[in-house]
Amino acid sequence: MAKINKQVIEKYLIYLVLLVIVVVFTVLEPKFISFDNIINLLRQVSVIGLLAMGVALVIISKGIDLSSGSVVAVSAVVGASLAQKPDAPNKFFENIPQLNLLLIVAICILVGIFIGLVNGLLIAYTGIPAFIATLGTMVVFRAFAMLYTGGQPISFLRPDYEFLGKGYLFTILPIPVVIFLVITFITWVLVNYTTFGKGIYAIGGNIHASTVSGIKVNKILALDYMYAGALAALGGVLLSARVGGGQPSFGTGYELDAIAAATIGGVSHSGGIGTVGGVLAGVIILGVINNGLNLLGVQAEWQSVAKGAIIVISVIIDTKKYNKNQ
Amino acid sequence: MDDYIISIKGIKRSFPGVKALDGINLNLRKNSVHAIVGENGAGKSTLMKCLLGLYTPDEGEIYFDSKIVSFKDASDALNLGISMIHQELSPVVTRNVMENIWMGRYPLNKFGFVEHKKMQQQTQDLFDDLGIDISPIEIMSNLSVAKMQMIEIAKAISYKSKVIIMDEPSSALSQRETEQLFSMIKKLKEKNVSILYISHRLAEIFTICDEATVLRDGKWIITKPVKEFTTASLVTYMVGRDLTDMFPKTHKEIGSTKLVVENLTCQKVFKAISFELRKGEILGFAGLIGAGRTELMEALFGLRKFDSGTVKIDGKEVSIKNPYDAIKNGFCLVTEDRRHNGIIPMLSVKENMVVVNLSKYLTKIGLLKTKPIDDDVRLYIEKLRIKSPTLYTLIQNLSGGNQQKTLIARWLLTEPEILILDEPTRGIDVGAKAEIYSIISDLASNGKSIIVVSSEMPEIIGLCDRTIVMHEGMKTGELDKEQLEQEKIMDLAMMDVAAP
Repeated sequence: MAKINKQVIEKYLIYLVLLVIVVVFTVLEPKFISFDNIINLLRQVSVIGLLAMGVALVIISKGIDLSSGSVVAVSAVVGASLAQKPDAPNKFFENIPQLNLLLIVAICILVGIFIGLVNGLLIAYTGIPAFIATLGTMVVFRAFAMLYTGGQPISFLRPDYEFLGKGYLFTILPIPVVIFLVITFITWVLVNYTTFGKGIYAIGGNIHASTVSGIKVNKILALDYMYAGALAALGGVLLSARVGGGQPSFGTGYELDAIAAATIGGVSHSGGIGTVGGVLAGVIILGVINNGLNLLGVQAEWQSVAKGAIIVISVIIDTKKYNKNQ
Repeated sequence: MDDYIISIKGIKRSFPGVKALDGINLNLRKNSVHAIVGENGAGKSTLMKCLLGLYTPDEGEIYFDSKIVSFKDASDALNLGISMIHQELSPVVTRNVMENIWMGRYPLNKFGFVEHKKMQQQTQDLFDDLGIDISPIEIMSNLSVAKMQMIEIAKAISYKSKVIIMDEPSSALSQRETEQLFSMIKKLKEKNVSILYISHRLAEIFTICDEATVLRDGKWIITKPVKEFTTASLVTYMVGRDLTDMFPKTHKEIGSTKLVVENLTCQKVFKAISFELRKGEILGFAGLIGAGRTELMEALFGLRKFDSGTVKIDGKEVSIKNPYDAIKNGFCLVTEDRRHNGIIPMLSVKENMVVVNLSKYLTKIGLLKTKPIDDDVRLYIEKLRIKSPTLYTLIQNLSGGNQQKTLIARWLLTEPEILILDEPTRGIDVGAKAEIYSIISDLASNGKSIIVVSSEMPEIIGLCDRTIVMHEGMKTGELDKEQLEQEKIMDLAMMDVAAP
């Protein structure tokens, strides 16, 4: 009986932690729990949340993706360049027609998928470590964003595009939050109910067993990184929509926050372990820390200290959990 | 040709520096169990990997049901009807039983989504059919090695293949489970399945196999019905020379008491273990997998904390909290799983051999002296007959037997008094086994105290002066050389000791 209780506690530990943190901040600053603040918080984490869902699947396959921040940048500037108002000064594409909004979003996502494909092919077929491959693409595509814009920001965007970042569903739910939650649900379905999702766990847990069982490892790894790229690109669209412009410096450092969120949420870097619910909790915990400390007037640097401490502590807890079973 | 489900002609496969397969011919008769026998390095695993699509042969042809085939990857072979029980169990330990079995071929509903209930039912049906009592939703890491092996067997059978390759399928199984495996094999034959059976346990080959093929050094040597072989003739074909006495008969004197262990207990792992070990004595530890023997040895060597009990060396109580203490007190431990915690695969034979003893080769300012190191390494390569192209060859490129000998040399360099050898000849061919037995025997003759943990009856009976049998963490008996008999050992190994 005691064993079952322990396993149950371990499974839900992350949610418990989230609850405790929320309670602590509410006590310290009652405004924390107000409807406005919660909505604000969710909107703040939406972009990182998208990246975290994508990178979580990659980490579960025992890989890593350092390029998500750069994908955000490329997607943001491409999206912005295609979505400028017809009368914008210094237009990027002089004679661009008013493209369908969905088409613009699709193009951005395709760009993300392409970068993900580059990552996936490098990792699956050359055997270089994922860390190195995605470090390379991170640098290359950030530079590409620079080259694309010639260093100039792109602004004066169409209102329908900006709606994606600034608009609301049913007047209270910000569109980015809705999109994030929908993608979370889709990721959950992928991970639990598709051959692709289960393949990722198998590969991360034991790549040899997977190969020998006939799983198409290279194909699944490529798709894995492509999914991460797609989500990061979607994040880039939402970011440029919210800000009302696109700059090549967008998304700097986002990949680390995404990895931090996934790690806090219980995704293990030794592969094969992690849940979508956990990642969601990790994303929110990270957001709560930032938001809560902001409300309390704590300096930004201390927030980084808190973030770093939480990451290390959650990995220590996870390591102890899995070493016990050795 | 029509009699054969698989025909292999002239298969050749090389790796940098070694011709693993040099023109192999093999015919697997339909509905038969065909043994593949050979020393380590003979080419058995390489040949099987070619059949399973994991390697592509450099030359030669493979015929399946009289049609020539070539495989791009494992799924081609699996889809054609060839599946394999792998020697190195490699489940995905973080997932559950049913996901491991149906990996890569999960049952999908009409929308393409995985149907968990159906997967569970399929697994339950499979287990009921085979008489396996394991829950489909149990997480693999909670299961014993023996249960994992049963699951691996069930998985291979679930492919409904026409050919199943079994590579050391019984290595972790108890007697009872091995008999269960054999009855599964008999049932499979009735269902028109043909089996390729690889095992070092020659007794099994004589029990369950119809024909046997011997490979040596990548070459096909002979194929004959099993009843036309004897153990001796089979071994001679495998080794290429006559090996009459596996176990050296040396006359030696057993000296004074060296090690006394009293009431050693490690909660939930082993309880109240007491024994003595004298100089020049070889003490065996027998029992099934899971008996707690390896854990006991880890405790003696400082790798595992124990809760109570004492350890005395030469009459004085010692406190061993880590391997460093153990080594200082004259212990050494050759571990059960050399691949995981014995060899350092990417380092050379030389580096692997001296790694524990480095402090003895330092100059005054703390740098390493190369000449004494090379001399010592060469000495032991000769003494233990380690077959390695050079001192600098990566140890992972050596055969299992030579790797094991390198590890033994590593510990001999530290000049231990008490040697603990855990499954010293696991996965090692007959020729190297005999050499290792003679090394152990010589060490005992020189007054060393030796503990041998082993699951192979002939080894225990042939090598040990005395044997302690354990079952589920308790000591169930102690037998000396005259009393050592296979049945007595097995009885003690399965006995339940009433809790005091």
